[in-house]
Amino acid sequence: MDSSTIALSVIFVIVLISSIVGMYAGSRYKMDLEQWTVAGRGFGLVLVWLLMAGEVYTTFAFLGASGWAYSRGAPTLYIMAYLTLAYVFSFYFLPQIWEIGKKFSMQTQSDFFRQRYGSKNLAAFASLVGVVFIIPYLQLQLTGLGIIVEVSGFGGISRATAILIAFALVAAFVFVSGVRAVAWISVIKDFLMLFAAFFIGIGLPYMYFGGIGEMFTALINAKPAHLILPGSTKTMGQSWFVSTVLLTSLGFYMWPHLFSAAFTAKNNNTLRRNAVIMPLYTITMPLIFLVGFTAILVVPGLSNGDLALLTIVRQSYPAWFMGIIGAAGALTAMVPAAILILAAAALFAKNFYREMFAPNMTDEQVEKLARVMVIVITLIALYFAIYSSTTLVNLLLLGYAGVTQFLPGVLFGLYWSRVTKKGVFSGLVVGIAVVAFLVLTKQDPFIGINAGFFALCINFAVTVTVSLSTQREPNRFDEKPVVAARE
Amino acid sequence: MHKPTMGSILIGIIPFLAMCISVPLWDRIYPLVLGLPFNVFWIVLWILLTPLCMFFAYRIERKEIDATERAEKGGVQHG
Repeated sequence: MDSSTIALSVIFVIVLISSIVGMYAGSRYKMDLEQWTVAGRGFGLVLVWLLMAGEVYTTFAFLGASGWAYSRGAPTLYIMAYLTLAYVFSFYFLPQIWEIGKKFSMQTQSDFFRQRYGSKNLAAFASLVGVVFIIPYLQLQLTGLGIIVEVSGFGGISRATAILIAFALVAAFVFVSGVRAVAWISVIKDFLMLFAAFFIGIGLPYMYFGGIGEMFTALINAKPAHLILPGSTKTMGQSWFVSTVLLTSLGFYMWPHLFSAAFTAKNNNTLRRNAVIMPLYTITMPLIFLVGFTAILVVPGLSNGDLALLTIVRQSYPAWFMGIIGAAGALTAMVPAAILILAAAALFAKNFYREMFAPNMTDEQVEKLARVMVIVITLIALYFAIYSSTTLVNLLLLGYAGVTQFLPGVLFGLYWSRVTKKGVFSGLVVGIAVVAFLVLTKQDPFIGINAGFFALCINFAVTVTVSLSTQREPNRFDEKPVVAARE
Repeated sequence: MHKPTMGSILIGIIPFLAMCISVPLWDRIYPLVLGLPFNVFWIVLWILLTPLCMFFAYRIERKEIDATERAEKGGVQHG
């Protein structure tokens, strides 16, 4: 058998087994909206940990992080800092969100806005913003998957075909088993990812330099400036580092799919313990960086840094091993994609369509619509991924900075009784407008700091000012939940 | 809803100071530690120290929650 057949068979078998596990995971449960979106709030520590790790370590962690180490150098350290700090920050508000979510049976991020501020327009707007920013993120996963399967399959299958097959599988297991499928596939993915990271992260520096220290010594001699900020970039200095780490760690759980993952927990103590142990998973990241750093000297001059990891692995290991790396990579695209699709579908059906057009829909009808939306959203992202344009990369940058603008509405919603819906609405609109303007006119970083962080500061200021100048509103989290209204 | 205590918040600020705000102090190559450039070593070190910090934050929070629950049940309150 040639390399291509071996590698592709390994990838295909692993991906197929994972998908079957995913479908099976939900088959024992009667799927209603609550089961499908938040697994009936039944996940213990291990499953929440796996689900959250599964969502966090996307193709960006796999290809992008090593790619950044390869092409930009020291700025890549921000990824380890912000992931660790995102979990620290989550300790102080995710358990509270869970408590509120349990009380009012919330399933999505917009449910939170709907209840706290009592405004269906604000909730529908928030859900629309969420869906719009999810699509480029999803598209990125699709494109990443295409690259991974194409390269690690030695070109034996085209990018478009790989994307089509993988996403038919993703749509299928999300459609059938919802969030349970995602958590269980994460088990396989995390295991493969850990194996891959340790094996290549330590193995490659030894193979080419005789050790990790030796690799760094060689790199320091060849390119000393690469290893301190701003690395091989002009704009990513220390102020960029601080503002970006703050923005991304504080805004991390504002992604609608990560926010609603909190609702899957069995109790809020699970989330507290999860925040304590989660940073340990970040330890796989330095290993991925080592691969990127090693690749600088071994396979120099790649035009696309994202290919650094796959290129060096392909020339250093046998085909079956490439297949395992390829499968791990494919799953790092499929798992986050699945949860992104799920979150977007639930937001659209429950918080946008029902709120704006069909207030009389039952939960059962919402669930049916959400499942149909799984297919629609997958098709939209597929279209973008196959007829891709570079402008979507800009949209993704916009997305990260954009979703973070939910932060004032969430934090004040929990901890500041004086906040009003007009305050949150104005802050959100101004924040997103500033982000859109700065990113799309290519002024990010803006005067040396991350544009999204700059927008977030303005957003906070606007939210506070407008809230204080509008009439005090009751905190609707103190109300008694209306359980029977829609059942 | 249980609000975080001041003690646990102060502990949570430590990793932010160490990994983020203090970057001018540790963004350097030398001294190499365990063969790693100093900034890489520093970040890896704090990935390991952060769970330790959060463990103490958890202990503080847990104690507070248990005390509140006992008080609500009308039992003996912790002094």
